[in-house]
Amino acid sequence: MLITNIEVVPGKRVKQHLGLVQGSTVRAKHAGKDIMAGFKNVFGGELKSYTELLQESRQEAVDRMTQQASAIGANAVVNVRFATSTIAAGASEILAYGTAVILEDR
Amino acid sequence: MAALIQLAVFLLLLLTGYFFGRRAEARHYQTIVEREAQLGHILLSSERLPPPELLHYKGSLVMGNVVISVDYFKVVAAALRNLFGGRIAAYESLLDRARREALLRMQQEAEALGAETIINTKLETSRVSGDAGKGIGSMEVLAYGTALVPPPPVT
Repeated sequence: MLITNIEVVPGKRVKQHLGLVQGSTVRAKHAGKDIMAGFKNVFGGELKSYTELLQESRQEAVDRMTQQASAIGANAVVNVRFATSTIAAGASEILAYGTAVILEDR
Repeated sequence: MAALIQLAVFLLLLLTGYFFGRRAEARHYQTIVEREAQLGHILLSSERLPPPELLHYKGSLVMGNVVISVDYFKVVAAALRNLFGGRIAAYESLLDRARREALLRMQQEAEALGAETIINTKLETSRVSGDAGKGIGSMEVLAYGTALVPPPPVT
């Protein structure tokens, strides 16, 4: 499965367009990490635990999108976009969406 | 008495934020400049299509993200600036750092794949709510794009 955020894949031709696929996930860190992040708001600097959390959730969102795409028989997802929104303190939703297509060699 | 204690706590937080925050920022900028020099050969572009001479390269999604926190001094400086209006330099440098860091992490991922060019770079900023009350708390910056990986040499 090819996942890319460009619209035209070099050397390939879109044989069939299968429509929008998406994957999302909502995640939160446990309270201890939130408290540590609160302290960090005094000192400044990177919040590594949140960076990792969001990285993992983004991977999860991409995986779900990929599953949906393979379920409808696509072999690539093009024009992938990410969106993030804060739902509540310490929880965020990550959405990945793109266009599922069947590609063939030109 | 209670007011004095509150004032002392506030000043302590302000000083801690000022010293640690400035030190963290100076160090971060130092590593950013170093790594930008190292990874400068990986071209970033926001073109939507690969350049014609690289059409046979394979595209691969790469991304880099960073969550960066404000310090107490920046929160207070920004709150004061909010009264008068104008540029909030304290937050500008924070977001500049975060954005450059995210781009660097994306470039690192591209380098690991052996790519020399990243096209269709997109940047996204979002707020991760922290404990900073009405301040901006922590910011996340995500950079993503398509790395063009050269095809394996034909043997």
